[in-house]
Amino acid sequence: MNYTAFLALVRRDLRLFFTDRRAMIMSFVAPILIASFFGYIFGGASSQAAPSKIRVAAVDLDGSEMSRKLVAALAADQALALTAEPLEQVRSEVQAGHMVVAAVIPKGFEDQAARAFVRNVDKPEIQLLYDPSHGPELAMVRGLLTQHVMEVVSSEVFTGQNSGKYLEAGRRELEQAQGLDAPSKRALQQLLGAVAQLNGRARINPQGAAAAGGFSLPYTVKPEGVTARRGQAYNGMAHSFAGMSVQFILFMGIDAGMMMLYQRRNGLWKRMQAAPISRFVMIGSRAASSALIAMVILTVVFGFARAVFHVRIEGSMPGFVLVCAAFSIMTATFGLLVSVLGKTPEATRGLAILVTLILVMLGGSWVPAFLFPQWLQSASFAVPTRWAVDGLDGMVWRGLDWTAALAPGAAMLGFAVLFGGVAVWRFRWETAA
Amino acid sequence: MLEANGLHKRYGNLVAVEEVSFVARAGETIGLLGPNGAGKTTSVSMIAGLLDPDRGQVLIDGALVHGETDPLKGKMGLVPQEMALHDELSARDNLALFGALYGMRGAGLRRAIDGALDLAGLSDRANDKVATFSGGMKRRLNLGSALLHDPEILLLDEPTVGVDPQSRNAIFDNLEEFRRRGKTIVYTTHYMEEAERLCDKIIIIDHGKVIANDRLEGVRRLVPRVNVIELEMEHRGVDGWYAGLRLLDDVEAVEMVDQRLQVAVRDLTSASPRVLEWLRERGYRFGHLATQRADLETVFLTLTGRSVRNA
Repeated sequence: MNYTAFLALVRRDLRLFFTDRRAMIMSFVAPILIASFFGYIFGGASSQAAPSKIRVAAVDLDGSEMSRKLVAALAADQALALTAEPLEQVRSEVQAGHMVVAAVIPKGFEDQAARAFVRNVDKPEIQLLYDPSHGPELAMVRGLLTQHVMEVVSSEVFTGQNSGKYLEAGRRELEQAQGLDAPSKRALQQLLGAVAQLNGRARINPQGAAAAGGFSLPYTVKPEGVTARRGQAYNGMAHSFAGMSVQFILFMGIDAGMMMLYQRRNGLWKRMQAAPISRFVMIGSRAASSALIAMVILTVVFGFARAVFHVRIEGSMPGFVLVCAAFSIMTATFGLLVSVLGKTPEATRGLAILVTLILVMLGGSWVPAFLFPQWLQSASFAVPTRWAVDGLDGMVWRGLDWTAALAPGAAMLGFAVLFGGVAVWRFRWETAA
Repeated sequence: MLEANGLHKRYGNLVAVEEVSFVARAGETIGLLGPNGAGKTTSVSMIAGLLDPDRGQVLIDGALVHGETDPLKGKMGLVPQEMALHDELSARDNLALFGALYGMRGAGLRRAIDGALDLAGLSDRANDKVATFSGGMKRRLNLGSALLHDPEILLLDEPTVGVDPQSRNAIFDNLEEFRRRGKTIVYTTHYMEEAERLCDKIIIIDHGKVIANDRLEGVRRLVPRVNVIELEMEHRGVDGWYAGLRLLDDVEAVEMVDQRLQVAVRDLTSASPRVLEWLRERGYRFGHLATQRADLETVFLTLTGRSVRNA
């Protein structure tokens, strides 16, 4: 092999890349900017940052003690940003996207809820008007609403000012209830009677009686994100920098392929063909320079992430290098494939970018793959970008050891063999004269 | 010595080159003439190793040139029709790359680069980006790039397209110096005057076939008695209005080039009155009349019935 020519061609490619302002922006500035943005959106550099509150409106048509307490409980919830709104306004607020959910507490809510709490009949209906583009938030508001309604209603029924009235009404309804056998009726009436007695003692001796209040959640939770080390907060920047690096390095690979097509067009290819060098020198040097450039991009982008956002390689450094190297080689062969299968730069660029965006999307660069449906999570292992993102995640913030880099590395090198093999197979030496 | 033996190339149903053969000896300049699409570039591409011929072979000093890495390819230098240069790199960096393709490096490469820059008249612009060069400067550098490794055979594919007269003369001077040093030149062009100035031997190609292959004098003798009457017409007229002239005695070919009517005739004395009378009778007026002896343009016109530029 003509090593002089090989090295000269690699140097040529590196020089062309590093003197091209557009390439520099696309390969270094763009991934850093976009990764920073996505990282900020998905939690930023520290998981301690307060999450965004859900904008919720409450319409209290009942105006009762119970409904006022419910609205107050919702307003005190850390996850919600609650405002009280008149009924005629909330629908347009939700429609305009200013509110995510509006909860309309109906007239007669207190009486109906208290009765339904004891007898499971005539439940009041809280209307939830929601923005359809915020489905996940609706589920969360429903859960919080359930919690606060249960706490407020049970508190009011068992220990509130009107508790006696509700308990007495409940006992009367039990007497008239159809479908309950006598022992069940008696047991329930005794239960309500015991609650009434308990309330009576609490009023006489508040310190000595059981703590006032209704039902409350019988547990608390202690969430802990499992990252590289205990106490190590998840850094949302880590995943976004991995994803965006993958995306923009693939774009660089496309540009490398485009360059070969342009060289075919402008005669440079002829000059190389006329020299006594093999096709392996010509395309191998292109692959080598692309792989080197990809490694430089990864180094710079992750260097920036470390310096500014404290994204560290929490796992194995050799494993990280292996994943980066395998991805770089895969990118280089991807570029070769583009140049070999493409006919003209114009016709090829758009299609190549589309394919890349699909690869990036399926790879989990934009949103983590765990958000995909299960079948898609499995299917996405058929694209090399999934292995790249998973491999980088594993080495960067999951803190896995080098053995966890073997599967992604092997998979990407397998793709590189496939892409490179097809590129060599389909390589056209001739350019029509 | 370069030999092309029976080169043949087909693209689907189109025969681009059919049985092209010639020999180019040391110190000889061969002109491949023909209109665009005649097969000149395809022929040169097969010689340079850019295209594999369907049939035929290329030999240098009797040895078959075969394969991408054949060292014999290093005996040739190619000047492609396109400006095969990196605009983003300097002239020196371009030359360094092209030298490295032929295995050159170190002091030898640096000397060769300086020589090529000097030859191209670009020594003072050596470190400037090629993008800042004029078309003529790029053409000269294009030529210098092919001479960098001191080839025995230089293949030039329309090297003066779009070049200013000053750069064209500089290129011609370089080629004449190259020939004086005993090197071989294969030069494709559709500019007949270039071929007449530079070439010892002329090969005229049309539709992929060689229709003339001889020394310059020999090709001229193919149409020994032909002269050309050239008239600058006052109006272009409708297409083909002049076809009737071809039916006159002693008229070999008729062609309109821009607004000039060119009539190739065997006998100037007898044919010119007939031509002028034919025009007068039909009311076609001309502002200027000239006659000229057979040149390569005339030869092509006579052999194919078309001028090179209109072919």
